[in-house]
Amino acid sequence: MKYAFFPGCVSKGGCPELYQSVMQVYPRLGIELEEMTTASCTGAGVLQEKDPRLGDILNAHTLALAEQQGLPIMTICSTCQGVMSQANHRLNSDPEYLTEINQVLGKEGINYRGTTKVKHFMWILLEDVGEETILQHVTRSLTGIRAAPFYGCYLQRPSEALGFDESPSRAKSLETVIDILGAEVVDFPGKTRCCGLPLLTINEPNSLKMVAHHTSDAKEYGADLMVTPCPLCHLNLDGLQSKAGKQNGMEIDLPILHLPQLLGLAMGMEPKALGLNRNLVSTRSVLEKIGVSV
Amino acid sequence: MPYFQEFTLETEPSDTVLDALIRIRESVDESLTLRCSCRGAICGSCGMRINGHAALACKTKLVSLESSDALVQVEPMNNMPVIKDLVTDMGGFWDKIRHVQPWLQPTGPTPDAEYLASPESMNHLTGVMGCIMCGACVSDCAALEVDHQFLGPAALAKSYRFVADPRDGASASRLLDLNKPNGMWDCTRCMECIEVCPKGVGAMDRIMTLRAKGIGQGVPSTCGSRHAEVFADLIEQKGRLDEPMLAMRTFGLGNIGHILSFLPMTLRALVRGKLPKSGPLHRAIPGIDRIRRLFRYMRNST
Repeated sequence: MKYAFFPGCVSKGGCPELYQSVMQVYPRLGIELEEMTTASCTGAGVLQEKDPRLGDILNAHTLALAEQQGLPIMTICSTCQGVMSQANHRLNSDPEYLTEINQVLGKEGINYRGTTKVKHFMWILLEDVGEETILQHVTRSLTGIRAAPFYGCYLQRPSEALGFDESPSRAKSLETVIDILGAEVVDFPGKTRCCGLPLLTINEPNSLKMVAHHTSDAKEYGADLMVTPCPLCHLNLDGLQSKAGKQNGMEIDLPILHLPQLLGLAMGMEPKALGLNRNLVSTRSVLEKIGVSV
Repeated sequence: MPYFQEFTLETEPSDTVLDALIRIRESVDESLTLRCSCRGAICGSCGMRINGHAALACKTKLVSLESSDALVQVEPMNNMPVIKDLVTDMGGFWDKIRHVQPWLQPTGPTPDAEYLASPESMNHLTGVMGCIMCGACVSDCAALEVDHQFLGPAALAKSYRFVADPRDGASASRLLDLNKPNGMWDCTRCMECIEVCPKGVGAMDRIMTLRAKGIGQGVPSTCGSRHAEVFADLIEQKGRLDEPMLAMRTFGLGNIGHILSFLPMTLRALVRGKLPKSGPLHRAIPGIDRIRRLFRYMRNST
């Protein structure tokens, strides 16, 4: 199981604990990674607001690099996954467009044939690593922990580009992972909604209303924590939770874990090794509940 | 207080949700209130939420709904007042459609007959002209959920239909209007509208094109347009996102107070050791020269 690893900007920037926790868990699961150091940002859907074709050029470049390596890409960010999946879908469903994009890449001596598969770490866990292998590494009980899933828009929509037709189980993959790890899934209405990050610099009050709404809602449904496969959601739900609470007159205090952090805890790893000390909303309540000294 | 009521009935494999609802109304509870007309996904009147997502009841087969206990949950559309059962007040929806002036505003001398356009110049509008005004996109819009002043996906897609019409002469003023608060920059890009649209209008994609057109036509800069421009600029310079720089340049010195409002969070992040290995200001990725050349090729080609 070898992948070209696309860490994404945020795991190397605002959420270094995500990169740290992935580095801890992946080697034990039989995964091999070759990090793509020369691949650019996907554009995150923001660059595409200015120039969608430029976004496709950059992503075709990344897809071509992995194609040259002969490896599928592993992402650890819902947004990176979604934006690259959409670009790949556009390129593969329109041969004329692919040719047009290749004319630009050709100036750099690159050609993309359209063969690269892009997979989020969460899908890899279920589709490639498999439940049996994961369970072999689960050494710490998460029984009694109530975890609310929060996907991130780009890992849910548009379903056509994300391969939900061929792999329908992807739609509920986060619940499946939580379940395998032994925690209880808190099924709340906001799990597939927007965290509000794309609006943060444009309309902060609306962005923070989304944070307050989803985190307080999950808490009302009985969640001890929220877990997300998207670092951009994490930036808002964890980083801005306190500000969102103040704006909306509530104290929320819901720990937000990156998916590899929850996985690492179930695999018996130390909280500090997983960067849990770097989360802005304290994770102490979760650690105490599973009997880990803090 | 709204509440759910459960009905049990035998169904056929060919039944739609609308078939089932009509059967309930005809044989179980005649007070059940819903809108429907064409029963063929053309009129757009039977929009409602089915198992948590907006859809046309007449286009949704019961067998297509994933449910282990065969329970189908039907609710009125979200983001609009409920009148009774599954009927919502669409008044606000139509007000917003009217706001974008959904009619052609050509300039120049009046032609003898119709305002003509070649099929090639209109092909790209086929999808957006397929909108049947059912309100599904508005129902599931995440931005409208927190702010009812937002124009919303249906009105913005309708506006795009005229902004991108080669015969329209009011594109510039339309874009200026959309550039205001509650307009095109208030979409949170969640793609709910794309997913639930029964006609493939792709409202969010149309909103993104409006943004690109607005930037291209030089509408007055807003935090929204600066965010996109600075983001692109940073990728060209560094090949990657630089969050602190993105925030500072997007807000600008004129909004220093706003930047300072993030200080408590930033300080907490520093105390928690959230600083990445590379430090607060990110270095360019290896191979940045090639990324810069790709940007240059694209600039030259336009």
